[in-house]
Amino acid sequence: MNLRRLFLIAVPYLWLTGLFLVPFLIVFKISLSDTALAIPPYTPTFDLSQGWAGLKDMVGQLDFENFAFLADDDLYWKSYLSSVQIALISTFMCLLIGFPIAYGMANAPKEWQPTLMLLVILPFWTSFLIRVYSLIGLLSQEGLLNQTLLWLGIIGEPLTILNTNVAVYIGIVYTYVPFMILPIYATLIKLDGSLLEAAEDLGCSRTEAFWRITVPLSKAGIIAGCFLVFIPALGEFVIPSLLGGSDTLMIGKVLYEEFFANRDWPVAGAVAVILLLILIVPIVLYQRNEQKMMEADK
Amino acid sequence: MRRLTWFNATSLTLGFAFLYIPMLIVIIYSFNESRLVTVWGGFSTKWYGELLQNEAFLDAAWVTFKVGFFSSIIATVMGTMGAYVLVRGGRFYGRTLFSGMIYAPLVMPEVITGLSLLLLFISIGLDRGLFTIVLAHATFSMCYVSVVVSSRLVSFDRSVEEAALDLGCTPFEAFRLVTLPIIAPAVISGWLLALTLSLDDLVIASFVAGPSATTLPIKVFSSIRLGVSPEINALSTILILIVTVGTILASLSTKRAVMRKQRAEQMAEQSE
Amino acid sequence: MPQTVFAPWTDPSAKPLIRFQNVTKRFGDFTAVDDLSVDIFEKEFFALLGPSGCGKTTMMRMLAGFEAPTSGTILLDGKDISAVPPNKRSVNMMFQSYALFPHLTVYDNIAFGLKRSKMPKDQIDARVKEMLRLVQIEKFAKRKPDQISGGQRQRVALARSLAKAPKLLLLDEPLSALDKKLRQDTQFELMDIQEKTGTTFVIVTHDQEEAMTVASRVAVMNFGKLIQVDTPTQIYEAPNSTYVADFIGEVNIIEGHGTPQGEILSIAWAEGQPDIIATPASPVAAGRVSFVVRPEKIAISSEKPADRRNAVQGKVLDIAYLGNMSTYHVEMANGQIIKAQAANQRRRASLPFTWEDKVWLSWTDTAGVVLEG
Repeated sequence: MNLRRLFLIAVPYLWLTGLFLVPFLIVFKISLSDTALAIPPYTPTFDLSQGWAGLKDMVGQLDFENFAFLADDDLYWKSYLSSVQIALISTFMCLLIGFPIAYGMANAPKEWQPTLMLLVILPFWTSFLIRVYSLIGLLSQEGLLNQTLLWLGIIGEPLTILNTNVAVYIGIVYTYVPFMILPIYATLIKLDGSLLEAAEDLGCSRTEAFWRITVPLSKAGIIAGCFLVFIPALGEFVIPSLLGGSDTLMIGKVLYEEFFANRDWPVAGAVAVILLLILIVPIVLYQRNEQKMMEADK
Repeated sequence: MRRLTWFNATSLTLGFAFLYIPMLIVIIYSFNESRLVTVWGGFSTKWYGELLQNEAFLDAAWVTFKVGFFSSIIATVMGTMGAYVLVRGGRFYGRTLFSGMIYAPLVMPEVITGLSLLLLFISIGLDRGLFTIVLAHATFSMCYVSVVVSSRLVSFDRSVEEAALDLGCTPFEAFRLVTLPIIAPAVISGWLLALTLSLDDLVIASFVAGPSATTLPIKVFSSIRLGVSPEINALSTILILIVTVGTILASLSTKRAVMRKQRAEQMAEQSE
Repeated sequence: MPQTVFAPWTDPSAKPLIRFQNVTKRFGDFTAVDDLSVDIFEKEFFALLGPSGCGKTTMMRMLAGFEAPTSGTILLDGKDISAVPPNKRSVNMMFQSYALFPHLTVYDNIAFGLKRSKMPKDQIDARVKEMLRLVQIEKFAKRKPDQISGGQRQRVALARSLAKAPKLLLLDEPLSALDKKLRQDTQFELMDIQEKTGTTFVIVTHDQEEAMTVASRVAVMNFGKLIQVDTPTQIYEAPNSTYVADFIGEVNIIEGHGTPQGEILSIAWAEGQPDIIATPASPVAAGRVSFVVRPEKIAISSEKPADRRNAVQGKVLDIAYLGNMSTYHVEMANGQIIKAQAANQRRRASLPFTWEDKVWLSWTDTAGVVLEG
């Protein structure tokens, strides 16, 4: 039995160590290296044949130069800040839009709920890329949104939405809103309707009961939804790339360009390390929230 | 008691309109005779014809399917094993690390996962191509499979496994003959999730694909970069259609399962 | 009933089928089974009885092979089975939740164990049909577990666990999910099946009525230890401790100071009351004793009975009307309450005693049991 158990644990463990942990260590090591016109385009490289002395030599050449560079150059810390800002605002907007939808779903008659769930899940399974693409046509100068607004007489000339930060906000909200809806819906569904009735019986108006009972009790779902949007949004690449402008600074985009366009792998590595460090706090908070939810369920 | 207020109804309608209108527009314009988004030139399916003759797209689609197929199977096997270890493994040396590694891809920005895997492949001298994409996809989607399967395993009644052992099964036989058939729906959901993630992935594939292997998302992305194109509209419509049909089939099969359960319960009551 | 003739535990030359030798099982800090030793003989219907947490389920799981003892040995047919995994023991278990395989039909559930033992197909078929007949569910062979009722699922579970004709069958609270009427019928069926198949049954239950009905011997447990192992009659009429006396059925426990007078023990239990005359089974030294007497052995009357030495007077404080009988809670002068039970031989309106009545309670010299301490 022990051998079997060992095998069961070892296989996924080794896979993950090799294809997940080791790559991260490499990223970290690269962030400490220098650029070189070589393949691979960084130095020093890890050469096993040089043995222990080679290893010591390599470690000696590592430095925090790249991190210093990041701190100096405006582009980077502005991008980090801008990413956090964009992610925060998008998360908030997602909440404003997603909560009423989830709330509506939870209050709908029971026979409708599977269908409503289906309607939320469908965009969720549809290709991310296509959904972002569908916004391009909509938001461009000649796009349908502008056409409609012009036709309705709300604006005099077409708005420039595409290739600005506004488009990025719309894009993130549009693509991530199912991630906000699902955990909130799951929490609201478990809410005991009789609690609201008790509140009204004791004198609360409907709105009061909502703010005093429903919202606090769905806190766990709201938090989960916010994290599920904020964390990936922070490192987004596709949306700022397709919908944002050249002045849209998001760190995912910066990392990609640093890597492919500038071929500066060590700096890209450093960018990744800092991004990870920024994300550690929300990730840990998210895990804690999940733990609390699981324990509450027991 | 839940009441559907006007506010609820409005927010639902607006909400779903928001979710679906952009896609409906794409579908409509895929049938637009004219190239331009602004002009409706009449109904036409010519873009579908052009799409299906576009070699580059067809090649990319084939690559994507192959990658999706293999990576989703590996991810399902690995992910199920991982779920088993997490839920049943008990305490073992390095468990926190394992649990962290399994759940990390859920919250990791794809650019970082992609970057790290590319660096790995280069440092071990592995040529980038179909194989590397399969490895990469399998790695990041196995964690999603783990999440789905482990949530099923947590609520799994272990006494049926003990009964199987009691009646003469080896532990592996008990898994194969009893546990697996019972958790099959969760495993299949996990597999579908892994498949979808692989078929849809752009960022990681961009990092680890070589010049020889272009996936459909990569092709579509570079195409979009050049602007809105009606062939992309056609492709989008096809993909939306596939997902819609698939989701409806899945929900119908769930409905059938629920009805079967109800009928079974009725039968049980009457059999007394 | 063959029960009175069947008593292998009294035979010194009989070899036990199961022997627990100083078995202890600890889960971390918690000791579930504490240095327990007991012998169980072939063809017994042995009951492990006790409250939740007393260790009975742990003992059963150790027999099945799902737990291993922390120390001590368990012998099955003379051989140490601690190293034997559950799938290789000739022990089968009927689970409390039935644990039927939801994806297999009733037929396949029962055939499951037989297929593992590589029996030829036609033999399997014959055996499965035999089992279906035994528990009377032939009609539902092709159905799945969710298509049959709870009582029928229980039969399938029983049939499945007997299919391999194990030496030992373990039953984990098998009747707890059934309603009272069904439970009683099933108890007798279980006893029938046990006799018919000649299998040794070990049943775990917290329901003392169940244990008393089905078992050839009952082991009363608490805190991981065996308090008393005896036939139901002995457990009821000769409990070895106030715990056992109190655990089974209703009982009066009167504490006092005993003074032996030849064959009789005279117990002073309350000031102003005559001593209780008891006949202990074995000589008791003078000192604190507990006198245990069952309510149904106490007669209640309005006049002092002339022929009994044990007679006390009190006031009816409470009456529990159970339909077929009533339990009278009678308060003594010193405040102690003694329970007397009498059949309702007349309709309720005409019953002789009511609240506040002054009554006499009496019992024979041999009605009770004396426990030291």
